[in-house]
This record gives sequence, structure tokens and C-alpha cells, in this order.
Amino acid sequence: MKMSKGQRVVLAGILIAISFILKRTALDLWVANVFMISAAVVAGLPIMKNAISAARYRIIGIDALVSLAVIGAMFLAEYWEAAAVTFLFMFGDYLESKTIEKTRSSIKSLLDLAPDTARVIRDGVEVEVSPDEVIKGDMVIVKPGEKISIDGTIVEGNAYINQAAITGESIPVSREEDDTVFSGTIIESGYLKIRADRVGEDTTFARILQMVEEAQDKKAKTQKFLEVFSRYYTPAIIVLAALLFLVTKDLVLSLTLLVIACPGALVISTPVSIVAGIGNGAKHGVLIKGGEIMENLGKIDVLAFDKTGTLTEGKPKVTNVKAFEMDEDELLQIAAIGESYSEHPLARAIIAASEEKFGELNEAPEESEIITGQGLKVKVRGKTYLIGNRKLMAENGVTVTGEEETYIESEEEHGQTVVIVSSLEKMLGSISIADTVREDAKQLIKNLKAQGIKKVVMLTGDNKRAAAAISKELGIDEYYAELLPEGKVKALETLQEKFGATAMVGDGVNDAPALASADLGIAIGGAGTDVAMETADVVLMSDEIKRLSYAIGLSRATVKNMKQNIYFAIIVAGALLAGVLAKVVFLSSGMLIHEISVLLVIINAVRLLGYGEKGRTRKVLYD
Amino acid sequence: MITKTYQLDTLTCPSCTMKIEGALKRTKGVKEYEVLYNSSRTRVTFDETVVESEDIQNIIERLGFKVLGEK
Repeated sequence: MKMSKGQRVVLAGILIAISFILKRTALDLWVANVFMISAAVVAGLPIMKNAISAARYRIIGIDALVSLAVIGAMFLAEYWEAAAVTFLFMFGDYLESKTIEKTRSSIKSLLDLAPDTARVIRDGVEVEVSPDEVIKGDMVIVKPGEKISIDGTIVEGNAYINQAAITGESIPVSREEDDTVFSGTIIESGYLKIRADRVGEDTTFARILQMVEEAQDKKAKTQKFLEVFSRYYTPAIIVLAALLFLVTKDLVLSLTLLVIACPGALVISTPVSIVAGIGNGAKHGVLIKGGEIMENLGKIDVLAFDKTGTLTEGKPKVTNVKAFEMDEDELLQIAAIGESYSEHPLARAIIAASEEKFGELNEAPEESEIITGQGLKVKVRGKTYLIGNRKLMAENGVTVTGEEETYIESEEEHGQTVVIVSSLEKMLGSISIADTVREDAKQLIKNLKAQGIKKVVMLTGDNKRAAAAISKELGIDEYYAELLPEGKVKALETLQEKFGATAMVGDGVNDAPALASADLGIAIGGAGTDVAMETADVVLMSDEIKRLSYAIGLSRATVKNMKQNIYFAIIVAGALLAGVLAKVVFLSSGMLIHEISVLLVIINAVRLLGYGEKGRTRKVLYD
Repeated sequence: MITKTYQLDTLTCPSCTMKIEGALKRTKGVKEYEVLYNSSRTRVTFDETVVESEDIQNIIERLGFKVLGEK
């Protein structure tokens, strides 16, 4: 007879109820017992079947223990006990599978965001295909309300896109020609023609999914310990039950011990919390790669930030132009023309500033010579100029007056990098360039300190004055400047020795070694940079850096939740054991308490799904 | 040697994982195995000349866990 778990539970319940009614009406005790026995059989058969097949592989699980207990109860003519134990076991299992699905619901909802169709142009005609059939280079058409099925570059159109699937942020962002878009994101309004750059399993979204899927089963240390513990606990209780029977000849007592021998709530305590925590993170664009990382993230003492691209936007901009001899606009223009062949980020910034003001550059330098580490010597509009740093001026014998030097130093103290423009004789002026500090960086550092992080440190390859200026602006405790990538690794070692567990936060562009060598590597703006997503332990998908304090809060809440579960499970297991030995807990009540404790542990974990949604936690996240 | 991942019906008690692992451990031809509790999956690396994917599914099913799919 094939019946589902649910059907068996219902049928067993009905049989038990009928049996009770019969007993009450005292018609016939024998008939009542028959109903009770059938209930035990209906609910107990699948348990026993599982126990037997497991026994074939020499494995004793909880179903073996329950089966033994039921057989024992039947033997003692305790039909009610036998029926109750099997019914409660099945019913508990049924409820557990329903609630446990809830703890995994965040991750599941992420899976549901996967695109299911794609509209591509084939032979000039629009056709609908499965996303797996899209080939790199295909033109994909996406309309409002539809999901983008590939990672690609927009070739035509513009749109507002909800990128929640990737970044956790559901406020739509505007994207136009030449911008990149991600698979799994949804067009709210607009129309896009996109060239597919990455398809199928290679898309950012597919990789996030895969990482989340793997993360949820990377066990926490606590979990590994509890599994080892339960491996010994169960056989130990069986031995105890056998000994007890030999000494006291009390079969009921020994059978009851068997029923409570499986520390269900204890073993389940950690994985349910971890999966709920990781799911919550994934929903908010924070990827935490496993249980152990979840445990460690909450215990971090020091956070070391990379500067460029992490605390700052990584896009240097001209902030100030100063001319001593000529018009400021002219100086900027000359510098831009002089730099027009250069790929240096500072040169790009100068060109961008000039183009923004005067339109596209259509002049080129008549002569141009790059002096590595110093700058350029160029001929523009018939005159020769030097564009670069102090060293360039010194090497070429250009005089920089005291007044000019004071100006340069004061700019540097404000976190600016200064590019000097001069003729062959004297300084003509300078251009100050700075990277914009991220809007939310200051708030983040304030939040981190409020959360009890001992030290917030900045590591940078930039000059000391600029590092000092930014540290002061953001409220950073310490900075290490003028570092090469290896220098960052060294600085981390010093921090670990001095203050304890240190996490490195970077954008993964040139700090991958540091991310890997820290106790914990945290990458920001992960959507887009592959190295960062692979090497880091925690990935903030968007470049909203303040989510870091949410991530730390979440990991602490998860660990706390886990601990509550463990303590509760231990107390229940201890109380049950005491109760059985004191003969106040019997087969059915033992099973009832056991099942309820498992359910409570799961329900406690489900609470974690709400973290960051309301109240105080929301403040940390969105202030 | 191939690796397959089987999607199972929701795993509820973590002791189930021990049961499946114990059974796979005693199956000839199975080289590596891992039961992923939270994602309710079992990943098995096995020698297909010794044991077939179907046999492995049968073993898991006989322990009381429905196999919903393989990948």
C-alpha cells in the first residue's frame, strides 16, 4: 500500500481517535486495542522499513531505536504508547520538513530568479529560446517586465533595471548604451538590445547561485563538533539502556531511553541557523561562503580597508586647477592636450575634466616624451611643457618658488595628488586630483565602531599626506601608506599579531594576495570582478560599502541564534534523560518533548530570516 | 570515474546524512561521497564500470529518501 507521509499521519491520527472513543464508551476494550495497534502499524511500517534497510548497511539511526521501542511496547501490551510514539514521530517529521523548508526559503527564492527564456535575433528574426541556447555574441532583446538572461553590453536603448538578484538593492538603476548589465536582473521600464558577453553558467548570477548553494553546506566548526558528539551519544545511550535493563529488569524504562537517544535538536541546531543566515545575506547582496566564515565574521577584531576603489570610488577626478602665469582654463586645456596619448589614471582624469568643460579634444601634442615615474615632456601649440611631479621639475632644473611649494603641500594635506605644469624655466600652475571618498564610508566606519570593532585601519599605496587626510576625514584609527601589494600582506601580519583576528576589505583589483592572507577576505563590488568573488570569503555584491556592518551584524545574529539552539537542545536532552531516569517521562511523552524541541529549534532559526528587515537592525543597515 | 549529484526530497534530520553516507561507504565502486544536508543533495563520485548510477539511486531510495533527479 503506497501512502504519503501526510496520509499516514492523518490515518494514524484517525485510528487513535477512534480507539479512544471506543475505550471511553467502554464497548469493547479488545476492539479499541485493535484500532490502536493498526495506528501503530500504519505509522510504524515506514519507520521499520527504513530501519531494516539501514541495518543492512550496519547503521543504527533513530528509526531503528523507535522501531525497537515500538516492538517492546507491543510486547508489553502498551498499545497506546506504541501508537503514540510512531504517530508523534511521523507527525513531527512531517512538520519538521515543512518548517525546515522555510529556513531554506531565502536561498530557494534566489533560485527562482533565474531567467527562463531569452529573446535573441537569429537570421534577422526575433526568436524565443532557452537561456542555455544563447551563444556569446548573440543580440538579445529585453522588454519591460522581462528578465535579462545573459551578462552583456547594451548596444541599443536605455532602461531602468532592478538589480536585486545581484546586489540585493531593488531601487532600479538607469543603464544606457555601452553599460554592462547582468543576468537575472529585471527591466522595469525601457527597452534594450544587448550583446551577450557571458552566457549560461558563466554569468555572474549563475556563479552567485553556485556559490550560495555550496556555501550553505560548508559546515561550521560547531556543527562538525556536534556531529562527532552525536556519533558517540547515540551508541552510548543504547549501551546505557541495555545496562539499565540488565540491572533493573525495567523494560519500559530502557525503551524510553532508546526513544530519546537521538539528539535531534542538537544536531539540527547549527545547520538550520546557518542556512537561514546565509539565505538572509544572499537576499541582501551579501555572499557569506559557509558556516565557518559566518562564525568568524562576527569575531573580527580589526578591519583593514584598501583605499582606492574601496573607501574611495577608484575614479580620480580633477578637483582644483591653479595657474600662476596664464588663465586656468588654458592651463587645463594644454595639460589635457599634452596628456592625450597617456593611459595613466591621472592623465585620464585631466582629459576628462577638460572634455567636460570644453568638449572633445581634437588637438594632439606636436611632440611627446614619457619620463617614467615623473611625467611627460610635450610640445603643444609650438611651446614645450613639462607635466608631472616634483621630481620632473627638479631633474629639468625648473624652479619652484617657496610660495608655490607651500601651495602644493597644502593641497596634498587635503588628500590631493598634485600634477605640476611648467615651461622649461618655471612652474606655470598645477592641477589637483583626488579620488572621491564613497558617500557611505564615513557612516560605515562609525557603525563599525559602534558594533565594537577594535581597530579600523587603512592600507594604501598612496602617499602619506593623502592617506592621513582621508583617515582623518573618515575617522580611521591607523593608516599604512606607500605600500606595495606585498607590503599589504606584511601590514596584515602585524595587525594580526597586535590586535587579533583581522579582516581585509578590498575591491579585489590589486589586493587579491591581501584578501587571501587575512583571517577573512571581504570583497566589495563583487558583481563584475571575478577574482574578488573567487578569493574572498565574504562578497558584497554591490559597491554599497555600508552593507559591511549589516553583514557583521547578521553573522553575529546567526551565531547567537545557533548558540541559543545549542543551549536549548542540551538542556532539553539533559532534562529528558533525567526525566526518564526519574520515571516521570515515558515513551510517548519522551517522543513528544523530543519532537517539540526539534520544531522549536527550527522555528528559532526561521526568525533569522527577518534580520535586517525592521527595528534596530534596519537602522544599522540603512542609516 | 564520474561524479553525479542527486537531488533528494527535503532532508530533515541530520542523522539521515549519516545513514546515506554509511550506506555509500559500504558500496563497491563508490570513491567519494558527500551528503549536502541544507540543499538536500548527495554528491557521489563512482567508478561506472563497477556500479551504475541507478544502483546508487536504489540504495538511497531503499533508505527512505526519494531521489528527485540527478545531474
